[in-house]
Amino acid sequence: MTALFTDVYMPPRLLAPGGTPADLTTHEQRYGPLAYGDPAALLRTLAESGLTGRGGAGFPAYRKFVAVTDAARRTERAPIVVANGAESEPASQKDKTLLRLSPHLVLDGLQLAAAATGAAEAYLAVEDGASYLQSAIAQRRDPVRVQVVRLPARFLSGQAAALVQYLSGGQARPTHPTPPVRERGVRRAPTLVQNVETLAHLALTARYGAEWFRSAGTPAEPGSALCTLHVPGREVRVVEAPFGMRIGRLLPLEGASAALVGGYHGTWIPAAEAARVPLSSAYLGAGVLAALPADRCGLTETARVLRYLALQSAGQCGPCLNGLPRMATAFQTLATPGPQGTARTDISRWAGLVEGRGACHHPDGTIRLVRSALTTFASEVDAHAQGHCTATDRTPLLPVPTEEI
Amino acid sequence: MDQHIDIDWTSCQGHGLCAELLPEHITLDEWGYPLVDGRPIPPRTRKRARRAVADCPVLAVKLREDRAPR
Repeated sequence: MTALFTDVYMPPRLLAPGGTPADLTTHEQRYGPLAYGDPAALLRTLAESGLTGRGGAGFPAYRKFVAVTDAARRTERAPIVVANGAESEPASQKDKTLLRLSPHLVLDGLQLAAAATGAAEAYLAVEDGASYLQSAIAQRRDPVRVQVVRLPARFLSGQAAALVQYLSGGQARPTHPTPPVRERGVRRAPTLVQNVETLAHLALTARYGAEWFRSAGTPAEPGSALCTLHVPGREVRVVEAPFGMRIGRLLPLEGASAALVGGYHGTWIPAAEAARVPLSSAYLGAGVLAALPADRCGLTETARVLRYLALQSAGQCGPCLNGLPRMATAFQTLATPGPQGTARTDISRWAGLVEGRGACHHPDGTIRLVRSALTTFASEVDAHAQGHCTATDRTPLLPVPTEEI
Repeated sequence: MDQHIDIDWTSCQGHGLCAELLPEHITLDEWGYPLVDGRPIPPRTRKRARRAVADCPVLAVKLREDRAPR
């Protein structure tokens, strides 16, 4: 169960107060009815808001919308809009939480996205909770029909091209990135894929305006983001926080040696430094923040996550298929106190060979984690080479799904 | 406009023909997959580059005409 403290860091925008799911009546009482306005005005508001994608890449939403509408005009095909609620990252809970508490904000945003791009077809892609969302949709009278699609529970299912493949009747696997899905996506139609949180922000920004959206966050990075907080000994929490807030205010780091910022494709940062780092889309990923207590071993944690990531490779691209399992095995050697052989240099070399050589960013994200672990836990690697580990608690910390045999 | 070699990583199976045809731009990594140097293909090499594209058994080699690398 995920605990909620929605109003600790700022007045809640996205998550229904009190942790009670908002039905349509409550939703409309709280936010007022959805007004569509004209598409050009909506796009202008979106541009002025500076809203960026909340699925991990942080790409400006406005530019994606414009690319899709341009491609639609060029190809004379009606675009398709997709709300991405896959949230395949095991440590992330924010999209599931948002969909459970505020489904109508996401559905409003999806309708607005359809209106702004001229789409006549919409999908909402999730791993679970499909029937709950279908009944939420059934309560509404939306201009564009929304189809809820259940995705296979794999790390890469939520990758935009994989998602588009799946919605086109194929397997949920990434494809060669040219042409991009915004030009040729679901059944070759220009396709707008936006994370569900991005759409929820859009639903509020369309109501209250760009100025309102920018009243949180910093001028360079306006707005707020949902974060999943992992603090040992406490329930996993989903909170909403403005960009620019120091991570130390969000994530208690007393007694921690390091923080994982940005989830399994993210970065390990030493605790003292992480406490001062402001929340930024540059490394926030999909919003996972985890504290590593000083009595745990960062290498052991990374090795476990790395093994999971290697197994989650779609196995299509040679460098990823070959590099990730080898790196995972070598990292396990580093995580085990004792002789390390050539593990350290092997990992560095393989990281270089894997970088930028795949259809998706899975290899790039994975080596970001690996390289940051080697830097942040460098002294622990040395200790392991001498045959001892400084950690006293070996209980696994970061969530990794059980392997299917 | 500059031409660059682009690999469709989902198709490439490491046959290695591209590296034989364009050794000055493509070498193979320790698993047999192409390492592309990323430099633009000069006009004198374009014919061989087109052959590398056409001869790849799985059509994983692409010639990309553009301003910026991906």
